[in-house]
Amino acid sequence: MARFQSLSEAVADNLNDGDTVAFEGFTHLIPHAAAHEAIRQGRKDLTLIRMTPDIIYDQLIGMGLARKVVFSYAGNPGVGLLRRMRDAIENNWPRALETEEHSHAAMANAYEAGAAGLPCAIFRGYRGAGLKDVNPAIKSVTCPFTGEELAAVPAHRPDVAFIHAQKANRRGDVLIEGIVGVQKEVVLAAKRAVVTVEEIVDDFEGLHPNLCVLPHWTVTSIVEVPGGAHPSYAHGYYPRDNSAYLEWDKISADRDVFTRWMKENVLDSTPDVFAARVKGL
Amino acid sequence: MTDLSNVTPTEMMTIAAARALSNDDVCFVGIGAPSAACNVARLTHAPGITLIYESGTIGTAPDVLPLSIGDGELCETAVTTVSVPEMFRYWLQGGRISVGFLGAAQLDRFGNINTTVIGDYRHPKVRLPGGGGAPEIATSCRQVFITMKQATRGMVEKIDFYTSFGHGEGGDHRKRLGIDTEGPTLLITDLALWKPDPDTKEFTVVSMHPGVTRERVQETCGWKVRFAERVEETPPPSKQELTALRELQARTERAHGKKGN
Repeated sequence: MARFQSLSEAVADNLNDGDTVAFEGFTHLIPHAAAHEAIRQGRKDLTLIRMTPDIIYDQLIGMGLARKVVFSYAGNPGVGLLRRMRDAIENNWPRALETEEHSHAAMANAYEAGAAGLPCAIFRGYRGAGLKDVNPAIKSVTCPFTGEELAAVPAHRPDVAFIHAQKANRRGDVLIEGIVGVQKEVVLAAKRAVVTVEEIVDDFEGLHPNLCVLPHWTVTSIVEVPGGAHPSYAHGYYPRDNSAYLEWDKISADRDVFTRWMKENVLDSTPDVFAARVKGL
Repeated sequence: MTDLSNVTPTEMMTIAAARALSNDDVCFVGIGAPSAACNVARLTHAPGITLIYESGTIGTAPDVLPLSIGDGELCETAVTTVSVPEMFRYWLQGGRISVGFLGAAQLDRFGNINTTVIGDYRHPKVRLPGGGGAPEIATSCRQVFITMKQATRGMVEKIDFYTSFGHGEGGDHRKRLGIDTEGPTLLITDLALWKPDPDTKEFTVVSMHPGVTRERVQETCGWKVRFAERVEETPPPSKQELTALRELQARTERAHGKKGN
């Protein structure tokens, strides 16, 4: 049953040192505010899962919270490379980072298998690809009916998932629209799920019956954080702040600039600043 | 007004790539140069083309080039937006895509692509973003077009990592792995159009863009270039093509404060 909490309570109750955690959002609805709260609370030794680790994973990794990252595309979308993640992989700064790398198809299938309660995902993939030679989690199975060899990867079953969404109602049902990514799958695959939302409304009366809704009993905790996806976006509320992604390339290029920026904008900050960041976008 | 006398090599590349797409294509679009080419095709000779981005947006028609594959405008202008698992399972794996359009950091003569690492995988000299959707785009789309600017560090004798499989070692390597799609059938660079030799599958120059010499093609390519028996000259951009591209880029620049590819 979903509880309505403050962000600090929700993170304290649901994210533990050593957890496997997925902060998901496929460009859209990325839970930036929640990741910043995890950084403020200083969680350690996390295994981070995400299809497209971008700025928030660069921040979590650069601040030394992560032991391992499971991913399929580690770039700053449309801008370039993830400089903090690279520094961790190439130079062990601020600590060594283990990586488990997949393709998007594998990650998406692994979330779906997790949501479906299956131990593994089976799909037609990785044919001729080098990743299967360097990632022991990529195996194959033979179809018992046709004999076709198919790729298999373990299901994702994170201890906790964090997503951002547009709305929750008073019961705690969560509504997601626009690019839905893997938001539904990651919540259903995880043991616990924290959802930050733009707003809490009385009910979902009059909305289209096929909108993506997560019933309240699939969600552990709901937190209202207007602007909580910034500089990612929330369809219907505010657009992507592309200039912040371009700016991140400069901030993340230097360890000292990064450390100062994180102190000013994350460690010494609160979730309340997000609402102001999306005003005027 | 559109000045046809100062076409840049990048503009020529984008327009040549756009021409390769048809109105009936269902195209899985990579970000960057492929995205520009696909949208120029849509704005000129192929208004009916279906553009699909891996964020789940199907049949999208953005007014400006997206900075990321998940920009809001892709969804707002799409025929439908599906979840990412559905995108990869039903649409890509299901065999519904005619052309996958990819860029490359490193490419070899058989159309194998590396966007993962420069150097050793465990101790990379440069850690690149990785494959994203490309490993399955390369094998599930009916054919693959590749577009990149020529440079010896990009077009190499041997790639450091097989992010996505092209024709492998050449010949029937795809077939031997049980892959029944065509793989890379066209490489569009800023200097030339290349097609795989029907038997060896080695990329062969079939057309050079106006003003480009064989020497220039060779000195910007890390392997010994093969030229087709008859090498055509790529027709220069038409006024309509160039106007469509430049207006698209101007709109993109205004929207993002940054020039699109």
